[in-house]
Amino acid sequence: MATAPDLLPYDRIRADLFRPLSRVSRRYMLATLIFFLVGAAGLVAWGFQLRRGMGVTGLQRPVFWGVYIVDFVFWIGISHAGTLISAILRLTDAAWRKPVTRAAEAITVFALMIGGMFPIIHLGRAWLFYWLLPYPNSRLLWPNFRSPLLWDLTAIVTYVTGSVIYLYLPLIPDMAQLAEHNTPWRRRLYGALSLGWTGSDREWHALERAMKLMACVILAVAVSVHTVVAWDFAMALAPMWHSTIFGPYFVAGAIFSGIAALIVAMGILRKVLHLESYLTRRHFDRLAKLLLLMSLLWLYFTMAENLTVWYGNEPKEMAVFGARTRGAYAPWFWTTVFLNFVVPFVLLGIRRLRTIAGATIASASVLTGMWIERFIIVVPTLANPRLPSASSFYRPTWVEAAITVATFAAMAMLFMIFAKLFPMIAVWEFQPHPQEDD
Amino acid sequence: MTHTQHRWGMAIDLDRCTGCAACVVACHAENNLPVSTPELAAEGRTAHWIRIDRYYQGEFPDVKVKYMPVLCQQCDEAPCEPVCPVYATYHNPEGLNVQVYNRCVGTFYCANNCPYTVRYFNWFAPQWPEPLPLQHNPDVAIRPGGVMEKCTFCIQRIKRSKEDAAQEGRPLADGEVRPACVQSCPAEAMVFGDLNDPESKVSRLAGNGRATKLLEELGTKPKVFYLHKAT
Repeated sequence: MATAPDLLPYDRIRADLFRPLSRVSRRYMLATLIFFLVGAAGLVAWGFQLRRGMGVTGLQRPVFWGVYIVDFVFWIGISHAGTLISAILRLTDAAWRKPVTRAAEAITVFALMIGGMFPIIHLGRAWLFYWLLPYPNSRLLWPNFRSPLLWDLTAIVTYVTGSVIYLYLPLIPDMAQLAEHNTPWRRRLYGALSLGWTGSDREWHALERAMKLMACVILAVAVSVHTVVAWDFAMALAPMWHSTIFGPYFVAGAIFSGIAALIVAMGILRKVLHLESYLTRRHFDRLAKLLLLMSLLWLYFTMAENLTVWYGNEPKEMAVFGARTRGAYAPWFWTTVFLNFVVPFVLLGIRRLRTIAGATIASASVLTGMWIERFIIVVPTLANPRLPSASSFYRPTWVEAAITVATFAAMAMLFMIFAKLFPMIAVWEFQPHPQEDD
Repeated sequence: MTHTQHRWGMAIDLDRCTGCAACVVACHAENNLPVSTPELAAEGRTAHWIRIDRYYQGEFPDVKVKYMPVLCQQCDEAPCEPVCPVYATYHNPEGLNVQVYNRCVGTFYCANNCPYTVRYFNWFAPQWPEPLPLQHNPDVAIRPGGVMEKCTFCIQRIKRSKEDAAQEGRPLADGEVRPACVQSCPAEAMVFGDLNDPESKVSRLAGNGRATKLLEELGTKPKVFYLHKAT
């Protein structure tokens, strides 16, 4: 069965999807301005932190990693929306993916841009971040490639590069179309970006091949990136971090939150850009089932992680386990289980509730739950070190809160700007036989 | 002396330690550690390169307190070293785990990976109330805000003693190098010396039946030995 948009005439699709690019409403300007101001407030908070020192955060010995690292893992997780959904669906030739992939790929790029900032925000001397890069320098020092942080940096730079290319390739035919009839500056912009695309057979084949190749590459890179993020923790000699489950656990969690982010974004785009006939209940239903599957997988990993620790009953690990499940951080742990499992299980498991609204609510719940889950992974371990005399309790400050909120605003702002420059759904994919068109 | 290279180590006799914290004060003075305030202490922002951990045995009122001075264990297999992306912490030829402040960018990773939690961070640029800045030790760098630091085994004193001995054309005598904590311990619970010299006091104490290493099971190979009666 063809998906709903495929039944629409191509000219209508083209008009529908290009329309948001030429109209800027007052509400759009206001929303973008608000997001910009919230984002700017975060920059001010960061400026304050740079000036005063890391002491303005709630970090304290022994909790040296806090909300910034949580944000980092969270955003890198969100970035898995694009690659995995879009790459898997592209490789399996799932026709229903067409209206979904562009948004997913854009989320990936923006989430990576934001996530990639956190390791820098988190540095004690952020202005020296480039010392982690391998470049010929006066200190005659090569960075230490034994450090998981270097693996991380390498993985993320690779991932950003790959995802930008992966977002860019399917944009080319659309931009070539946009360059045809447009305002002068837009003509110049799209003309330059579409690299002289004429739509010849040769170009279509090359694009097809490049997209297939990038889909394969990006899948491997995405899995490795989140594994390496997990290894930042798992390589450390710390109770409940030093665990083999972390790699796959983090990858599953990333895909989980990535799908949730995509569903939320689709829910919003559908309303705001009036894409009701493109993003239909079918799309939400399919993604919701995928989300439900990931929710069950998440529960399985969480069980596997905690049950083995509990059964092993090793005192140092039990201190962390206790802090998570019964102690100071227990409310957050159980909130996570509720938001990541109970809510999606009920809303997505019961067919009657698996509506567009249901899926969007469940996804928002998962996004919140996954943020808290990362907090539960990062903080209790550090707060309960091996020598109990050093134990402490971590409470974030307003600076950390402001920077965190600002990144969500930045994400929204980037997304909104993107929606005004590029069609949120790949138009050329609906073109009947694009290869034979000319 | 038959060996050419030193390998510095310390022995701490817990049966002698009274928990008086003279070592903590001496370390602060020697190593230019910032003085804390009650507010900063409440926020967990204090830095003591050596601290006294207290362990309580028994139920009130029959409580026995055991004190344990904990400082950087100068591990031979130091977990803090491989994780630093900029080589700010590395192993020097005399077995010391050295922190290079100028290289540190403050990723905090070393501190997370230290099972002894003996690494301290400069949350703010350090400050001292007057007239304490006048008594700074000129041999020790003042650390800027944003870098990690920790016990150095008073590397400046090791260097000074080696230079003195070289100038006088004699080998370094056992017990000649005394870090500030060792020097100030009234109970003489701490002994510092060369583990490569089998005749040194610290080597003999390390071979003592009462000697153990902290969290030895992690395989970090610490060079601080704790002596206590097996109970």
